[in-house]
Amino acid sequence: MRTIKFLLQKEFRQIFRNRSILGMVIFMPIVQLIVLPLAANYEVKNISVAVIDNDHSSFSRKLIAKVTSSGYFRLTGYNFSFNQAYQLIERDKADLILEIPQNFERNLIRENEQKLFVAVNAINGTKANLGSVYLMNVIQDFNGEVRLQFIQSHRFNQQPIIDVAASNWYNPMLDYHIFMVPGILATLVTMIGCFLTALNIVKEKEVGTIEQINVTPIKKHHFILGKLIPFWILGNVVFTLGLIIAWLVYGIVPVGNLLLLYGFITVYLLAVSGFGLLISTFCESQQQAMFVMFFFIMIFILMGGLFTSVDSMPDWAKIVTRFNPVSYLIEVMRMIILKGSGLKNVLPQLGIISLFAIIFNGWAIFNYKKTG
Amino acid sequence: MEAVIVKNLVKIYGKDKTAVDDVSFRINQGEIFGLIGPDGAGKTSIFRVLTTLLLPDGGSASVDGFDVVKDYKQIRSKVGYMPGKFSLYQDLSVEENLNFFATIFNTTVKENYHLIKNIYIQLEPFKSRKAGQLSGGMKQKLALCCALIHKPTVLFLDEPTTGVDPVSRKEFWEMLKQLKSQQITIVVSTPYMDEANMCDRIALIQSGKLLSIDSPKNIITSYPEQLYAVKANNMHVLLKVLRKYEQVMSSYAFGEFAHVSFKDPGFNPDQAITYLKDQGLSDIELKKTAVTIEDCFIKLL
Repeated sequence: MRTIKFLLQKEFRQIFRNRSILGMVIFMPIVQLIVLPLAANYEVKNISVAVIDNDHSSFSRKLIAKVTSSGYFRLTGYNFSFNQAYQLIERDKADLILEIPQNFERNLIRENEQKLFVAVNAINGTKANLGSVYLMNVIQDFNGEVRLQFIQSHRFNQQPIIDVAASNWYNPMLDYHIFMVPGILATLVTMIGCFLTALNIVKEKEVGTIEQINVTPIKKHHFILGKLIPFWILGNVVFTLGLIIAWLVYGIVPVGNLLLLYGFITVYLLAVSGFGLLISTFCESQQQAMFVMFFFIMIFILMGGLFTSVDSMPDWAKIVTRFNPVSYLIEVMRMIILKGSGLKNVLPQLGIISLFAIIFNGWAIFNYKKTG
Repeated sequence: MEAVIVKNLVKIYGKDKTAVDDVSFRINQGEIFGLIGPDGAGKTSIFRVLTTLLLPDGGSASVDGFDVVKDYKQIRSKVGYMPGKFSLYQDLSVEENLNFFATIFNTTVKENYHLIKNIYIQLEPFKSRKAGQLSGGMKQKLALCCALIHKPTVLFLDEPTTGVDPVSRKEFWEMLKQLKSQQITIVVSTPYMDEANMCDRIALIQSGKLLSIDSPKNIITSYPEQLYAVKANNMHVLLKVLRKYEQVMSSYAFGEFAHVSFKDPGFNPDQAITYLKDQGLSDIELKKTAVTIEDCFIKLL
């Protein structure tokens, strides 16, 4: 016990003397949580649309006005031929082309039917996808208005129509921040846990202090615990800072039990610090550790369900995410913070993360040899 | 009683890089034992095996009666080790480093202060300075303090004076002599031949093989030939000419002189002077000289 106390004392002295670590611990959550959710926005605005109006009727003008007034689109070209408009796409000036055919108004009135042509620049997949969906919605809306003008509304619809009313639970306004902030906080906690632990031990190897430690009668598990606990505490500090920022800046207050949240983070931090330890036992220099860690962190974050939903991944990728601790944390964070899930709901994730913690730490202790 | 026993020790790195090749020696309790050899001779490997940081590939070794493989735990609490590279925490102060190492050995600075007192007094003015900001000599002193703080029975010092100025080196050896009087066995390695004389016994080592083990005095007196130091106006030509001379047994540059020994014990050196003059050299100076450890080392190669 006394040994651990002194190891911790030494470790904290070193951390507090290392300005860059301290700076990162305080600065990183603030910057990432304030800047990232604002910048990385899923909502697509300012879609440039080029219009080819072959009709020049009052209806076509109305349609164009409706498209531009929706707020999502910006009219970048009013062209007379498709080739002309296509040049705009080629020069990256337009994301969408909306072509209104000749006799749009006449056919619409006479034959009750008309076709529009939409061409999409699909280089930016998200933008193209969402842009065309928005445009469809606008056109559908327009269609409804047109129908109202022509058809006397009956008391009952002649054709049965299913009208869908959707309501978004847990995030009624579909606010992107509410969805992103817990996810970013999860990756932050992961990075603190993984990087700091891995780099700390490898630094001792690099400087040679581990040699001196190895000839002492200090016990393996004492040494490892002395390394785990400080970064486990730092991880909790970062997490708390993150929660405060989420509350102050985004007004996100965890719906679920705070204690449960911290309980989960506690186990989770043990798991990722264990992972950091494990990496450090394989690396000889900080440079190596950094690169190996980056490799894993990139996969963890991109396949963790932060930016793209795990559910929409191919089956093989879903299997990969099962071995990704970050995906569990992001899931649980969203469950507890947004949905207010209880212990019973997060028990499976808690079990898996505990298993991760045991495997990583066990493997790390096994792999950490005092003799070469 | 022997503090360290090494028997047929072998250490091979990778597949065929033999660092330590069938080395055996015994170190008595309370003596200063020097491992003398050039860089890459295998000194550090032997140290790392003896301090339980490296597993031997063959043979056996024991420290204080404990086997380095089986009883490594006992050894770790009994020996002090000072690696060649400064390996204390650079971001902790002098005092903090000392306290830290005392604590992990389950002791306190106070308890064994008498051991380090003479050394620590010199460090005391800088005790709140970070270890990384100390001068080279000070760092060595601090490392020695940290290696001593748990009152080890055997102290392993791996090239403690490499990169330290001559005055500090001298001081350092004075300290080791003091420690010897405290009945601490000291095993020290060094590439400097002149430091060999400070040891009670030395082992000359080269390419992983032991060349000779004895007291420096015995090693010197066992040098079979009379050694001469020769000087002339042109060193380069002198060495070339000496090598061609059939009476010469060995010759090599040694500082501003060339050291020469002759095959025939009754050889008259005046003959050599005439020979050298015949070869066109002038300002010739030839005198008997005392054998040094370095001469013995070269002889053994």
